[in-house]
Amino acid sequence: MLKVLVVDDEPGIRSGIDRILSKFTVGYPFMDEDIGYTVFEASTGEEAIRIFHENPPDIALLDNKLPGMDGIEVLEYNKRNQLNIEVMMITSFASLELAVKATNIGAYDFVPKPFTPQELRSSMENITKHLFLKKMTQKMNTQGKQIRFQFLSVLSHELKNPLNSIEGYLRMMQERQAGDQIASYSEMIDRAMSRIRGMRVLIMDLLDLTKIESGKKNREIQQVDLVSIAKISAETMGPMAIQMEVEIILECPDELQIQADSEEMEIILNNLISNAVKYNKTGGKVYCRLKKDNAKLLIEIEDTGIGMPDVDIPKLFREFVRIRQKETKHIMGSGLGLSITKRIIDLYNGTIDVESHLGTGSVFRVTLPVLI
Amino acid sequence: MDTEYKPTILLADDDPDYLFQIEFALEKAGFSVITAETMEDAELIIETGHLSLAIFDLMMERDDAGFILAYHAKRKHPEMPVILLTAVTAETGRQFGSNLSGADGWIKADLYLEKGLHPDQLIGHVNSLLFH
Repeated sequence: MLKVLVVDDEPGIRSGIDRILSKFTVGYPFMDEDIGYTVFEASTGEEAIRIFHENPPDIALLDNKLPGMDGIEVLEYNKRNQLNIEVMMITSFASLELAVKATNIGAYDFVPKPFTPQELRSSMENITKHLFLKKMTQKMNTQGKQIRFQFLSVLSHELKNPLNSIEGYLRMMQERQAGDQIASYSEMIDRAMSRIRGMRVLIMDLLDLTKIESGKKNREIQQVDLVSIAKISAETMGPMAIQMEVEIILECPDELQIQADSEEMEIILNNLISNAVKYNKTGGKVYCRLKKDNAKLLIEIEDTGIGMPDVDIPKLFREFVRIRQKETKHIMGSGLGLSITKRIIDLYNGTIDVESHLGTGSVFRVTLPVLI
Repeated sequence: MDTEYKPTILLADDDPDYLFQIEFALEKAGFSVITAETMEDAELIIETGHLSLAIFDLMMERDDAGFILAYHAKRKHPEMPVILLTAVTAETGRQFGSNLSGADGWIKADLYLEKGLHPDQLIGHVNSLLFH
């Protein structure tokens, strides 16, 4: 329900508008409920201003020619005091000059008297939809700000933890806590270096995420061969796979031409393959399958690793979520990889699904409508 | 300090580097230290270990891990001093009220300390809880 204040010195006009609006509603096809109106009345500008403060309406229908202060003055008051009431001027003796003036000081619409019920209804429909969209935008902005704030506070936590531990190691060295031999500090230096590497990974991932977020990343959608990108990805992960004694197996056609940004495809494959290697077991396998699935591209990355319980799957794509298990404690990660992957997949209107069995492994399935 | 008797301290924190650094400092100060990186490990040590004092990080796998561990530790060893380490002040700018601790409070910890504390100061608090 929107609150509408009718400001007019003629009682007939006021009750006429009341009658028309009480039976009128406005809606969008996607809204559950239509918007109706509660109408109340003021006969002078002074009374209108008092009601603006006591019981602020969403919309004011304002006659210009009023006994005391005129409609333009009420409009100016609304603007000066930032009351944010949407105003529709309804007035006789309508001149272009008045219309321009009213619009300049914030009137949303201008309806000349006399008007037909249909004219009033269509003006009300416009202003109502405008108001609805404005409120939705405000709401979404506030929610966006909240999400951003949560993200920043988690981020500062993620950056502070490694800094604290590096500082701790440096202090131990500064205070010569393990004696004067530098060799006694080897483990501390290694640990500090490893935390620095972790921070670097986080910062790189963060840069990727910022680029996607702000839409400033130069996307170049062109014809690319996904198979050759997958080969590069598998090679990049090679050293880590060898260390873990994990074998990466590519199961794909000789080539697979798609319409996409090659850097984005690389980020998707790198993240999924590196996770499949990281969260694997010694001697395990990673299958990277690329194929056509109906009219879509299917990327399937399967591992024979540690898997995860079903309850953890929905959390996977949130920022900074790292599934904590005994087995994952020493695995390095920023907690952003899958969140970035998901965002890129969203850009293509694709989907990602996960199937996992604790102790035996996980399958990540990505479908993208990018086939040529 | 008595060289015959080494008090045993249980130290639980999910940051392996923090464990390493505090364990190092405590051992250097003459304590025997058992570390736990998960709540599960810490619970096991509470049940089976002969402990003189316990230090728990407040936030481990769960945000209230330290409270739970402190509660269990006090139930099993009522006389054992428990220190809770928090990063809450640094994170939120708010400090815990001291009325939360002590015999009347439902949270059974003897002392709340900030995580950024110098290890020497932590050892000072450990000593005064054990020997005063």
